[in-house]
Amino acid sequence: MAEAAREKKLPVDDKIHTWPHLVRMEFLVALFVLAALVLWALTVDAPLEEAANPTRTPNPSKAPWYFLGLQEMLVYFDPWNAGVVMPSLIIVGLMVIPYIDINPRGNGYYCFKDRKWEILTFFFGFHVLWIAMIMIGTFFRGPGWNLFWPWQKWDPHKVVALTNVDLPYLVGFRDYTWSAVFSLTMIGLFFVVVISLFYAFVVKVKGKEFLERWGMVRFSITAVLIALMVSLPAKMALRLLFNVKYVLVTPWINI
Amino acid sequence: MSLLDKIKSDIVESHVWKSIFRHGYEDTPRNRVMMVTSNVFLHLHPAKVRRHAVRMRFTWCMGGLTFLMFLITVVTGIYLMFYYRPVAEYAYADMKYLDNDMPFGMLMRNMHRWAAHAMIVFVWLHMFRVFLTGSYKPPREFNWIVGVLLLVLTLLLSFTGYLLPWDQLAIWAVTVGSNMARATPLLGYEGPFADFVGANPIYDARAFLFGGGEIGPHTLLRFYILHCIFIPMVASILMAVHFWRIRRDGFSGPSL
Repeated sequence: MAEAAREKKLPVDDKIHTWPHLVRMEFLVALFVLAALVLWALTVDAPLEEAANPTRTPNPSKAPWYFLGLQEMLVYFDPWNAGVVMPSLIIVGLMVIPYIDINPRGNGYYCFKDRKWEILTFFFGFHVLWIAMIMIGTFFRGPGWNLFWPWQKWDPHKVVALTNVDLPYLVGFRDYTWSAVFSLTMIGLFFVVVISLFYAFVVKVKGKEFLERWGMVRFSITAVLIALMVSLPAKMALRLLFNVKYVLVTPWINI
Repeated sequence: MSLLDKIKSDIVESHVWKSIFRHGYEDTPRNRVMMVTSNVFLHLHPAKVRRHAVRMRFTWCMGGLTFLMFLITVVTGIYLMFYYRPVAEYAYADMKYLDNDMPFGMLMRNMHRWAAHAMIVFVWLHMFRVFLTGSYKPPREFNWIVGVLLLVLTLLLSFTGYLLPWDQLAIWAVTVGSNMARATPLLGYEGPFADFVGANPIYDARAFLFGGGEIGPHTLLRFYILHCIFIPMVASILMAVHFWRIRRDGFSGPSL
């Protein structure tokens, strides 16, 4: 009996008392950040412009900085997409992450090597796309939402020739119906190509066994979300390189 | 016993002291635990935490700092509420009074605004840290979803507050932000398929936000109530769920 008691493994834990260790750390951090905030508040004043005047629109009229990413997206997509569908997809996509990520590594510790692609995807979506759009909207957009270098003086009378063209027109279609058919084909092709590339990529990097474990549902959700995410830089490239305004023109929606 | 020791023991053995603090004063393991469990604010924490929960290199402190920013905006916001009237005729003038006349008005307003902006930055950093440590993996998936909802509420809090100064920056920034709502498919009068539902300029998703066809005094009152009462209440409820989940699943960390 005594030997059994001695051999019984005591539970291992790495716990320390909340008081004083955690509380002390929280108190010091809170004090430091509060002091920094008070110093900042004493130095830099919150802006207060002239009184609200509904008859005079400032140019440019910028959304709060955290929404500037969405406002910048308005250059490339119509409001129903840039302002409603895409933000909703961002939120839904974020919520879905724990359910499509079945990699058991990195649960509660930092680990880049075994979670390389998950981390890079998140980094691309958040730091590259979202933050870059905010930076562009903040520093590179001036009156008329034209592009200005950050050091350039904002010229409210700058005129930029609008030479935009729709994708079917660019390729040679002149009839509306056939243009729509072509556009839908192109969009379908985009999804097929992106999802196929993604499939091949997953097989190469993670292996076929992983794909079987991942399952069709998770793969589809991830593939569609990634294709939609990539549609932003794709549309940006089409617009900036080829002056393409719309890929699809219908009486109801334009993409 | 020296005089100081006698004074100290008189205080901590007194009836008043013992009625407030129901545990001893000496630094014993029992008292360390009771400090946490017998205090309504501290017992948000467990009596013992995993070692790396104290390490800033692991946590970045961002979750706690987001909560701190929330508390600071609540406190400074209450000060501002004494002097600010959410009425179009008075709002801008009240901002001027706050900035230039009220004692500490400028400081309170500045702290409120910068704490609000800091809260958004910190909540993004918190999301990034939680992603990097994989602290959304089983069994913590649902807490991640609660976190995303809190992220959206943080952005909405900031957005509704942005309108309240009622200056040019306020109304036009909110106009730009809310104009996206009129393009909502089905529910916005300028969105696709609007005629299926009968959305029109004074009765669609954007009008629901504005309380009318355009930004006006009704919008100011609406955003004020959302900003001061409704969204903070929903956020507090979700924060309670968020913290409770962490208590229940344990602060995430490497398996031992």
